[in-house]
Amino acid sequence: MTTSNDSIPSDISDDYPEDHPLHGRLNLDRFIFCPGCLIGTAITSITSCLVERGLTSKEYAIVSGIGCTGRSSGCFKAPAFHATHGRAIPFATGLKLANPELEVFVLSGDGDLFAIGGNHFIHACRRNVEINVLCNNNGIYGMTGGQVAPTTAIGDYTSTSPFGNIEPPFNLVSLAAASGASYVARWPGYDVLRLKKSIFAAMDNPGFSFIEVLAPCFTQLGRKNKLGDAVGMLDWLKKQVVIKTDCPPQDAIYSREKQKIICGEFVNSPREGFTQKLQKLREVAQSKKR
Amino acid sequence: MSSESNKGASQPKRILTTGNYACAEAAIAVGCRYFGGYPITPSSEIAAYMSRRLPQVDGTFVQMEDELASIVSVVGASYAGAKAMTATSGPGLCLMSETVGLAFMLEAPLVIVTVMRGGPSTGQPTKASQSDVMQTRYLSHGDYEMIVLAPGSVQECYDFTIRAFNLAEKYRTPVIVATDGIVGQMMEPVVYHSDFEIIDRKAPQVPPEKYKPFEVIDDDLVPGMAVAGSEYNFYVTGLTHDFNGSPDMTPERAVSLITRLSDKIRKARPEINDWEEQHLKGAKTVILSYGINSRGTPETVERLRQEGHKIGFVRLKTLWPFPDELMERLGKMGVKKVIVSEMNYGQVIREVERFRHLGFEVSGILIPTTIPFSPDFIYEKVKKEI
Repeated sequence: MTTSNDSIPSDISDDYPEDHPLHGRLNLDRFIFCPGCLIGTAITSITSCLVERGLTSKEYAIVSGIGCTGRSSGCFKAPAFHATHGRAIPFATGLKLANPELEVFVLSGDGDLFAIGGNHFIHACRRNVEINVLCNNNGIYGMTGGQVAPTTAIGDYTSTSPFGNIEPPFNLVSLAAASGASYVARWPGYDVLRLKKSIFAAMDNPGFSFIEVLAPCFTQLGRKNKLGDAVGMLDWLKKQVVIKTDCPPQDAIYSREKQKIICGEFVNSPREGFTQKLQKLREVAQSKKR
Repeated sequence: MSSESNKGASQPKRILTTGNYACAEAAIAVGCRYFGGYPITPSSEIAAYMSRRLPQVDGTFVQMEDELASIVSVVGASYAGAKAMTATSGPGLCLMSETVGLAFMLEAPLVIVTVMRGGPSTGQPTKASQSDVMQTRYLSHGDYEMIVLAPGSVQECYDFTIRAFNLAEKYRTPVIVATDGIVGQMMEPVVYHSDFEIIDRKAPQVPPEKYKPFEVIDDDLVPGMAVAGSEYNFYVTGLTHDFNGSPDMTPERAVSLITRLSDKIRKARPEINDWEEQHLKGAKTVILSYGINSRGTPETVERLRQEGHKIGFVRLKTLWPFPDELMERLGKMGVKKVIVSEMNYGQVIREVERFRHLGFEVSGILIPTTIPFSPDFIYEKVKKEI
């Protein structure tokens, strides 16, 4: 049993036991998240899906941006990239286009993907590049000290909305669908079975896949708005979640006022992916004398 | 567009083309297979050329949504094993600055061609300038070193772009080719050589289970680079990191990482730096210029020499790291005055002034214009100084 970080007690391993299915896949000493945070669940869900699909780390790559979920890429024993703030998607796009064989996952937060990285998100949806983007949506900037995010509910108190947030939040499902994502889903982060099923569906989709994972931040949002501790916020979330099948993305309600967040699979409409189109384009370019 | 053949870059070929096309064709010839870019005058022909050429050679061209995405996608492609580049001009380079810092930290080989135009801000999109010299050096925040090459002709656009890729791969660092709106768009005869050296990045030097992405084994301070899709696992981050790529916020690590990354380039300065010199022997005055603005200077120097003046000429081919060795050489050769001639309000001259203690005065012809200085103009200016 070895550890590579002095701050980790020596009786805690940096890997799972050898008989664990995820043995050798994660750096447990890099799980820096608050105890009870669902980021870890998203990391292990992705890893479980990759393992169950029989993929080795030479067949996939992980990219994250900056923030709490931005630190997730370091947890993977794989080619893993901690990009600049908001730029995980274009980084992943370059990786995928230069090596289309790779299964590429982006795991990042709502501030990273939808504030500073919002433009990249909508264009990646439109381009339908074959990457899988998971957004850990906690409705606040966690790492920088609990500032208001483009996903923060109206009225929420944050360190930069001390009198209550006055900006309406994005509905990430509707945004992804309207931008052209060919697979769109939303799940509460505690619902691991449905989340994993959705990750498999995202990997099967030959295009851009987006999964919103609801992962409440008790440390920042919970504390500032008296929404509960780690377990208390899961109950709080559970009371709002309604799982629906065949719900069109424009009706995927995400509303604090109504105390309702509709979860499910909203878009699964495979169409030709960008790397496939690029390959056809190469054939055209090479057949024409210009 | 002069792209009909040269597909396998076999025979040297003499053609008439522009600096932008020459940069693009050089990239293809040296093995660039990924271009992520965004249109901006006066660089756009590079993207247009690549959109046609790259698919012909099984490469990838993608027009991204902005310069931020363009350069980040290039870092991603580099870490998937491709030789990768982008092209832009000053305003676009501004947007790329953050990721140039990332590429330096991740030690990702890549090439940026920036076709200088007048600034600041939107400035003069269709005109030439040399006002981005300091921008190419100090793009990102933080302590770091840049390699910047400055072509002054279409031939040099071809040759220097090849060299830029080789330097990027050799030192695992971003390299900038700084041309300008005139060199980029003017046509000149150019020879497309095919017998040049091609350098590829250093591969991991240990088996996967022993690999640490930033562990340095060789004296050149360059670690072996693993890429996605190989047997190697690695984590890379823009955070200050240890040999294993793990974030490390100790002051000791900040010192060891930043000094290693910077020294990697500083140590290689004698190999990287390149310049042209004429009539230095016995010269009391030397005109120093670079890029498009150096084209008229030799004629002026010849004219002044015929009049009996002891005057020489140096032309910088690499702007950064700054060629301290050249300054020392000028001092040793007894030069008494260096006149820096540049199409800006004083940028390279600041570097030259650092060497006044070597015994030469420094003065400048510093005009933030968009038109290169003519031989007559330089003659009138220099005549007052000697």
